[in-house]
Amino acid sequence: MGSRLSVVSALRGFLPARAVLHEEEDTRPYECDGLTAYRQLPMVVALPETEEQVRRILQACHAMGVPVVPRGAGTGLSGGALPPGDGVLLSMAKFMRAVRVDPVARVAVVQPGVRNAAISELAAPHGLYYAPDPSSQIACTIGGNVAENSGGVHCLKYGLTVHNVLGVRGFTIEGEPIVLGGEALDAPGYDLLALAIGSEGMLMVVTEVTVKLLPKAQSARVIMASFADVEKAGDAVAKIIAAGIIPAGLEMMDKPATRAVEEFVGAGYDLEAAAILLCESDGTSEEVEDEVARMKAVLEGAGATRMTVSGDEAERLRFWSGRKAAFPAVGRISPDYYCMDGTIPRKRLGEVLNFIAALEKKYGLRCPNVFHAGDGNLHPLILFDANDAGQLDRTERFAAEVLEKCVAVGGTITGEHGVGVEKINQMCVQFRPDELELFRAVKHVFDPAGLLNPGKAVPTLARCAEYGRMHVHGGKLPHADLPRF
Amino acid sequence: MPLRLRGGGSKDFYGNVPRGEVLDTRGYAGIVSYDPTELVVTARCGTSLLDLEKILQEKNQFLPFDPPHFGPGATFGGCIAAGLSGPRRAVAGAVRDFVLGTKLIDGRGRVLQFGGAVMKNVAGYDVSRLLAGSLGTLGLIAEASLKVLPRPSSERTLRLEAGEGEALATMNRWAGEPLPLSASAWHEGRLFVRLSGAEPAVHAAAHRIGGEAGQASLWNELKEQAHPFFAGAEPLWRVSLPTATAPLQLPGRQLIEWGGALRWLKSDASAMAIREAATRAGGHATLFRAADKSAGAFTPLDPVNARLHKALKAAFDPAGILNPGRLYADF
Repeated sequence: MGSRLSVVSALRGFLPARAVLHEEEDTRPYECDGLTAYRQLPMVVALPETEEQVRRILQACHAMGVPVVPRGAGTGLSGGALPPGDGVLLSMAKFMRAVRVDPVARVAVVQPGVRNAAISELAAPHGLYYAPDPSSQIACTIGGNVAENSGGVHCLKYGLTVHNVLGVRGFTIEGEPIVLGGEALDAPGYDLLALAIGSEGMLMVVTEVTVKLLPKAQSARVIMASFADVEKAGDAVAKIIAAGIIPAGLEMMDKPATRAVEEFVGAGYDLEAAAILLCESDGTSEEVEDEVARMKAVLEGAGATRMTVSGDEAERLRFWSGRKAAFPAVGRISPDYYCMDGTIPRKRLGEVLNFIAALEKKYGLRCPNVFHAGDGNLHPLILFDANDAGQLDRTERFAAEVLEKCVAVGGTITGEHGVGVEKINQMCVQFRPDELELFRAVKHVFDPAGLLNPGKAVPTLARCAEYGRMHVHGGKLPHADLPRF
Repeated sequence: MPLRLRGGGSKDFYGNVPRGEVLDTRGYAGIVSYDPTELVVTARCGTSLLDLEKILQEKNQFLPFDPPHFGPGATFGGCIAAGLSGPRRAVAGAVRDFVLGTKLIDGRGRVLQFGGAVMKNVAGYDVSRLLAGSLGTLGLIAEASLKVLPRPSSERTLRLEAGEGEALATMNRWAGEPLPLSASAWHEGRLFVRLSGAEPAVHAAAHRIGGEAGQASLWNELKEQAHPFFAGAEPLWRVSLPTATAPLQLPGRQLIEWGGALRWLKSDASAMAIREAATRAGGHATLFRAADKSAGAFTPLDPVNARLHKALKAAFDPAGILNPGRLYADF
């Protein structure tokens, strides 16, 4: 394993001095990602600008046995880019070039440091866009999206990152060039692209991404529907789907969440409702008119007490603004909160929400809920004060019970935020030892020395203690200004 | 002892020549769970694909990737292992896009579960999607959960006259517009498109596209390769290309699907010539049906990919007993 000076000197052999940081004042900004509860100063930060530099960094680190952790914008919520104290944090921030937009083939080829929202901006003049829209899309990069298989509020209809990326190019930890997928719709052999997407930067370093672009829908409208209890709102979701409708977006918020949001952004939510649903329809104007009418009929039949359909684009965006600001809004009403990311079969929603309500009483803590209702992806937010040690302990047990429940009803510990360092112990509960062993074998295929983002996502110890959470202190999420889903 | 994993045998022709003792998966059949409002069906590998599709149809749902059966015996497990998708693929996605979870029996006989029956799941590597199209070489897919979708309420097929180059340009142009396209194909001067969705949208799009009414049965003929194009003794090549690739200059007959991204080629040209043309265009060519598969069914992998493939195979099946050689001769 290399010492700091030997690593710095090896990297400066082919990188300019400004691209190799090792003084504490320079490396401090890289000590954590969006999960600030976990911090670690990287031994060295490398900021390559070319693929050749990436290749040489990886070769050099591999030769010295030095760990490498890739990082995009650092907005991840599970500590996937937590730096190695004994290795190199590989920032891909300078890979910001849009290589090519092909409006005829509807693909964009971009470097991994290009922001998610920037791809849609590049495509907009051609009437096209990139569909996945994770929370932090104005800041997060496509490279990070590939690592995490990021979602957003339109996944049910338009899919996750894995459904919208056609190919990636990059290097193995040994510095060997690797190309997975391409511009054709499939590639020969195993679908290694599907394996690489969502692998949390543990299998390869991506230096170029080819994404699919979709034609922008002619129009979109959102219905805001109020319900007198959350179970009725959950049933309404099932009824919409039973009616053969796949809404472009389908989100739920309970009363504590809408109240926190309304004070913060004034989205115009019904504060008397126990839960509200946001149901979006997009497509041609004929399609949207037809679908909105059908959804309204279903919602009414399901007991909606009030419905408002967005009249224009400004109102549609206002309805969404509240949902997107849910995390920061909750951050304002409590000194700290834990965000969970479990996914459940939709039909178990009422049961899980009742379970959470019972836990609120049991632990004496409040827990507003925002929910990607269409996908079954829950974000319960446990409110607490970290300065009260008793509350922190109760929060941890509360969170553990909720995620245990998600697994018990047939769901998962993480729908979209990733395992990272945060939920690594919980992996031991969701997977059995043989399955974890296979994950480790897959890792070994790509990275026999275990140097690429070591210690993330796949646990090495069969220790199953507590469950995933996002720790936010003083309401200060990094990039607190970003909307969060 | 090598095992040849086999369902109904409807895709025995696909890939390299199967060998080994037949392990018939049909005994392990049945739907494990299906709740239409969850949009998820979980079934055992030996379940008849036809039966499964009927059950979905009763609830007005379907497998959006349009899996070809290639025979009445097609099974659910075989459909995933083969990873083949039909006419709707360019718009809706492929098998792998709908795989949510699998129960796998690996080469050591371990029963392993990955993914689940929920839409979003990023816990662990996405082994389930990796299995789609792996031709049983990584393990026996004992059960799988797939995302299903409501059937479109209205469909219409249109037919227009167009040369190959013009058809490719047109299909790509339409795909860039917000039209409810669900399939397209070109053959011998005729361009076919299918529109699917809500009736008002289909109606408006049909007006925009023009042409004449076409036969809806075409799409099933293409999916099952019952169309006259597929008859004849010449080898059938499946050439997968970037969608806007200019017409391929190769001898033989062609039929285009997926808006230009899939070119079927009936040709006696050499495997090398066809694969070179496909690779140069950024795609690959599969020798889909042929009496002689000595050229290898699939385009050879580059050295890095080949090394990763072999190592993955060894991780899942260390003794190399599962469908050896079916995907590539050397593993």
